[in-house]
Amino acid sequence: MKQLPRVLMILAAASLMMLFVFPMWRITLIAPQYPDGVNMYIWINKIGGDSPGTLQNVNILNHYVGMKFIEPDAIPELQYFPYVIMGLAVLALLAAAINKRQFFLAWAILFFVLAAAGVYDFYLWEYDYGHNLSPNAPIKIPGASFQPPLFGTKVILNFIAKSFPHTGGYFAGLSALLAVAAWWLKSKMKKNETQQASSGDRAAKPGFLHTVA
Amino acid sequence: MKTPTGIHSLSMLLLLGVGLALFSCGQQGSSSQGGALADDVASQVYVAPGEYDEFYGFFSGGFSGQLSVYGLPSGRLLKVIPVFSVDGEKGYGFNEETKPMLQTSHGFVPWDDAHHPELSQTDGETDGRWVFINGNNTPRIARIDLTTFETAEIIEIPNSGGNHSSPFTTQNTEYVVAGTRFGVPYPQKDVAIDSYAENFKGMLTFIKVGPEGQMDIAFQVLLPAFDYDLAHSGKGASHGWTFFTSYNTEEKNTLLEVNASQNDKDFIAAVNWKKAEEYIQQGKFQEVPARYAHNVYSDKNHTATSEMKDKVKVLLPSECPGLVYFLPTPKSPHGVDVDPTGEYIVGNGKLSADLTVHSFSKMLKAIEAKAYDTEIAGIPVLKFEEVVAGIVKEPGLGPLHTEFDGRGHAYTTFFISSEIVKWKLGTWEVVDRVPCYYSVGHLMIPGGDSQKPEGKYMVAMNKITKDRYLPTGPELNHSAQLYDISGDKMKLLLDFPTVGEPHYAQGISASRVMPNSKKFYPIEENEHPYRAMGEKDARVERSGNIVHVYMTTIRSHFAPDNIEGIKVGDKVYFHVTNLEQDWDVPHGLAVMGANNAELLVMPGQTETLLWEPKREGVFPFYCTDFCSALHQEMQGYIRVSGQGSDIALKWGLGEPEPEQ
Repeated sequence: MKQLPRVLMILAAASLMMLFVFPMWRITLIAPQYPDGVNMYIWINKIGGDSPGTLQNVNILNHYVGMKFIEPDAIPELQYFPYVIMGLAVLALLAAAINKRQFFLAWAILFFVLAAAGVYDFYLWEYDYGHNLSPNAPIKIPGASFQPPLFGTKVILNFIAKSFPHTGGYFAGLSALLAVAAWWLKSKMKKNETQQASSGDRAAKPGFLHTVA
Repeated sequence: MKTPTGIHSLSMLLLLGVGLALFSCGQQGSSSQGGALADDVASQVYVAPGEYDEFYGFFSGGFSGQLSVYGLPSGRLLKVIPVFSVDGEKGYGFNEETKPMLQTSHGFVPWDDAHHPELSQTDGETDGRWVFINGNNTPRIARIDLTTFETAEIIEIPNSGGNHSSPFTTQNTEYVVAGTRFGVPYPQKDVAIDSYAENFKGMLTFIKVGPEGQMDIAFQVLLPAFDYDLAHSGKGASHGWTFFTSYNTEEKNTLLEVNASQNDKDFIAAVNWKKAEEYIQQGKFQEVPARYAHNVYSDKNHTATSEMKDKVKVLLPSECPGLVYFLPTPKSPHGVDVDPTGEYIVGNGKLSADLTVHSFSKMLKAIEAKAYDTEIAGIPVLKFEEVVAGIVKEPGLGPLHTEFDGRGHAYTTFFISSEIVKWKLGTWEVVDRVPCYYSVGHLMIPGGDSQKPEGKYMVAMNKITKDRYLPTGPELNHSAQLYDISGDKMKLLLDFPTVGEPHYAQGISASRVMPNSKKFYPIEENEHPYRAMGEKDARVERSGNIVHVYMTTIRSHFAPDNIEGIKVGDKVYFHVTNLEQDWDVPHGLAVMGANNAELLVMPGQTETLLWEPKREGVFPFYCTDFCSALHQEMQGYIRVSGQGSDIALKWGLGEPEPEQ
């Protein structure tokens, strides 16, 4: 029981590593002529789809309105985000080793800051794809943007676009919750220890007195 | 309806409909037949928009040479698969990749007469892997792959003429069979036609089917020059045997309609193919020279290859006792159909007033007891009364084919009396009959010639159409009727026209086929020697007067789309790789003045069109399949210069990038 906060921190690190096993986000495009939907999966280190051809299919759709091709190689974040995540996992393990509640809290705050930055970065990419249109686009719709939603559902021309976290994303969220839980438990234990210590003092005193007496 | 006239014609039609319903009701004298409205027949064949049919139906195209795929019970046409005939629509037999599919020992044969589709089976049950179909005219068997619904293989049958009794499978698709409908000189040679009885023979052929479907002629059995008409293999108890009907046991070569109809009984040839395997093992065969083509299409390089084979193993019944027996069967039996248990062998004597059913177990006993009438060319003729199980008395006129429902009933078509008659196996009593429109040939119950029929629907395929649909001039599509056979009485549900002349058909639960249907070819698996794996690979190469255009397609452009430096007299090969990787995004290629056809290239595939420019000029090419919103813009030009011209070979796509 005493080791639980530590274990939670180790679990937080493990949960974070699930980002390398599952995609963190999914964007689905739905239209009548795509009965199965077009699913794009955003991983920590790549962008994929239901089949190897998915990205090509999305790019073909996008080129009608002059959106840039999504080329994973041209997105630097996919190169360095994996290291950020690995670093974060190492820090979680370090915090577990040190086993101090301040470190748990600091880690959770760092996680939230980085996550917020990541989501903002995602938004910027989406904004760029949706607004930075080629002047030679075959189809031009004045005033229209094709930015997919950050979170939720949006109608873009003939498509319904849905954007929600996927398994990896949920594991990352779980990772943060675990860290917060570790901090909270550790804090509670600390408080109990202090209380026990002070009441222990009180309990000890009579004995002491008794002994002395 | 917009106009009063419209309302008027509608009500006239309704009145006519009611009148017909009353008429047919009165004619059949059955109180249960309340007509379409009362029975709500329409809802039984109604497959709502976006819903799927319960069964696939594979209908032979007859003289179209192709195979049509229908959904049942709706009767909707799903696809026409080119098999034995060139097909401009798909470029089949016109593009360089599929030309070898139609190679034969007679050279390129662009047409055939396709009669009998037969689904592959495992444990006597249709398994949805392949459909085999025979080419009658230039004897061949084709295999269609049901993951792609494309013809995967064609093998020619040597020593044959008119491959009609084919390709009927054994219960684990060990073999498909072929049999010559026309006696031919053996070996083929220049002899007087009226030396028929002396020089002509009839050959039965067993084609081994490998685990991947690959066909190989295992052996042939040399028989007298009867006309081997139809076949079916034994199943269950009779597994290991194949039965072939024959007519013209008179061995005549002229005016057959009279001369081949004289004998009271012709024969069903029962071939013990397990015994044949033993004889082959023992080396009791003759290896004889034979020329026949074996053509195989590959989904990897999207190309067919044709190989000419040069010999075949022939078994002589006179040297192989126990290999073949003749079962006397009245009169010129057409179809031979084995019931799901394998015990009953129905000989549909097409000129007989009765329907003869043989017993497999009695046949075995007769063989053991040597109950022979005589021997023909070393083949024992079993005594009729020793093998017959029963006779369906005067069921109708002109019995042709029988299928089974798996519940102890048989359904036989009668060409002359234009009806299907349902009767009981074992008691031989007729229990029901329905009219067909008109002159039914084959019938089909899904799995109806297997050990496990799916006896819900039955389709009649008719030879005469006349007034069934809106007239289309002298030539009419053939007609088919769908019946509900789930109850005691057969019930007509639907009438629909069919492509070509469907002889036989096969049906199968959609669930056995649909999950394996391919959506596209993964481009990374493309092994075509002239593929272009991306636009970076697109280029034009010349060697002498041969020009190879490595072209790609993706919505919505060709790469390259401008080509110059072609000369009159060049042979230009457009090798088009479709870079798409999504379901149902083919691109086509049509080039002005092409003497062949279009290309229709599936995603991930490469196909080649040969174009031979004959005059100078600039000629457009374009995509023929409406691929996208910018399909009309999917076009290009090829410039043809004079033979002596020094215009350099040049190609491109889009404007060159402006200098930075």
